[in-house]
Amino acid sequence: MAESSENPVHHLRRMFVLWLVLSLVVDVLFWFLVGPHVPPGHMTETAKDNQQVFNVLFVIALPVLLGVWIYLGYSAIVWRDREGAPEPVGGEVARTNSHAQVLWITITSFIVICLAAYGTIDLISHNGAGGGQGPNPAWAPAGAAAATQPNAVWTATNNSVLPVQVIAQQWKFTYRYPTFGGFESQHLILPNNTEIAFHVTSLDVIHSFWGYQLGVKADANPQIDNVAFTKTIQTGTTWIRCSELCGIWHGSMWNTGTVESKQQFEQWATTTETAQAAATKLLPPFAWTYVPDANGADGGYYPGVDQYSPTEVYGSTKAAS
Amino acid sequence: MSVRARAAVGVVGLFAAAGLAIWILFGLFLTTGYPSVDFTKSHTAGQPVDLTVQTVGAIGYGPHPTWVSYVVKQPNGTWIQASTWTLPAHTLVHMTIYQYDSGGPLRNQFWGSVQGVTNNAATVTSFAGSHQIGGPTSVSLIDSNATQSDSEPLSNGVGHTFAVPTLGIAVPLPAVNGNSSNQCSTSAPCPTTVDHNVVKFSFETPGPGNYPWQCFVPCGLGYLFGNGGGMGTINYMGGFLNVVNQ
Repeated sequence: MAESSENPVHHLRRMFVLWLVLSLVVDVLFWFLVGPHVPPGHMTETAKDNQQVFNVLFVIALPVLLGVWIYLGYSAIVWRDREGAPEPVGGEVARTNSHAQVLWITITSFIVICLAAYGTIDLISHNGAGGGQGPNPAWAPAGAAAATQPNAVWTATNNSVLPVQVIAQQWKFTYRYPTFGGFESQHLILPNNTEIAFHVTSLDVIHSFWGYQLGVKADANPQIDNVAFTKTIQTGTTWIRCSELCGIWHGSMWNTGTVESKQQFEQWATTTETAQAAATKLLPPFAWTYVPDANGADGGYYPGVDQYSPTEVYGSTKAAS
Repeated sequence: MSVRARAAVGVVGLFAAAGLAIWILFGLFLTTGYPSVDFTKSHTAGQPVDLTVQTVGAIGYGPHPTWVSYVVKQPNGTWIQASTWTLPAHTLVHMTIYQYDSGGPLRNQFWGSVQGVTNNAATVTSFAGSHQIGGPTSVSLIDSNATQSDSEPLSNGVGHTFAVPTLGIAVPLPAVNGNSSNQCSTSAPCPTTVDHNVVKFSFETPGPGNYPWQCFVPCGLGYLFGNGGGMGTINYMGGFLNVVNQ
């Protein structure tokens, strides 16, 4: 009886204070204790940025969640049915509360609009935030276009963008390094402190390249050069998975990649380029995309067909903006 | 019988029929396991395992007789269509593949390199019927786009590959001459009196686990990108290395 006769403002005030204190405590604890461990980590600028975005979303979402829970809990405890309590008021009186409605719509709209603006700014300022931007990226780091030219060179000291082609095929990713003679490898090795331009394509169906700790994800479509950027900032190992259901062995279409020091990477790349020279000679010329059945290897058996023909050969790519 | 009783019988009958259909679907069809071959039972610890398989252009029997397939030789010497092979962990496997199928260029010539096996090389011996026409030759790279030549047994492209992607293993299996009139035309296993290549290599099994193996040649003829049919079905062109501690 006592609760029902109280001024409703007191209830709101109590709930607000409770919500404010709990939100502050939970947000601070989350930011400092959980935040640094939220995936995908700190291996690249985009991964670090992804983590920060996740943390910001959590810090905003947690008070909303607490608000709902506190209201629910408070209602269940304070306004529960008990002996002698008045019958709940229904009908017209309980139907609307314009103040609450306006407040709720205003707050949630404000949050959503702010997040949309934040997300858009973040996407632009981080060169696509590790997502595939198609063959003509709208946002690219300086030097990305130059790195796609046939005469592009990458060394441990020239600080240029490293293009890496990701070739998806049922059911394995392989990688070509155009600035090292176009050799192909089962291993993804990247240099640290370097801008990387992933050029993702497919030889058959649609796959999706997901470098988990790299914070990079880009669909692999046949005959499409899907470009995604990131900058490595930490050495270590990353999981690589296909994130597009692509057939019977989709679940096992994974491997690992590593980020090594620039010197270690250069050593590996030059050694592999030399060791693979004979095999590289037999590969089709490096191109940004390939025609899956150009050599008749489309599931029909040859012979007497044209040689494997690439499209959009190295150097003819549209320059990244 | 009253209308109500007939309705009750009808409902019960309907449920019984549905139950039977579900039992047939799940109990008999969907839960039917694939056959596997256990190479650990007859294996002496510390000794290598001999694993012998065939690749055939058409299995010749079963629900899909025209599908391309692997068959495996069991420890008792008989051949079986089974693509799950139980192997001891951390053990050298000497693999012999009798390759009976024709082929062509690889979609990705990268898989023309022998990778992930001992010395990154395989030994290939070619036969026209029972007559040895080439090898044994140590091969680390096959040019699947090479111009066909009757005098060069390794110029017929690649028929299939044996690959365990998660272990980095990939071995191209040179094709037999697609124009030959002496290709295998019987149900698997194929006899050694028809054209074939014998490919031998070794690799070491890792720790316990299930490692899928597959073919990188889009050999599922008539299916999208050649990766359907036998290429996309366990027991035909893909399966598991079931590696266990002995």
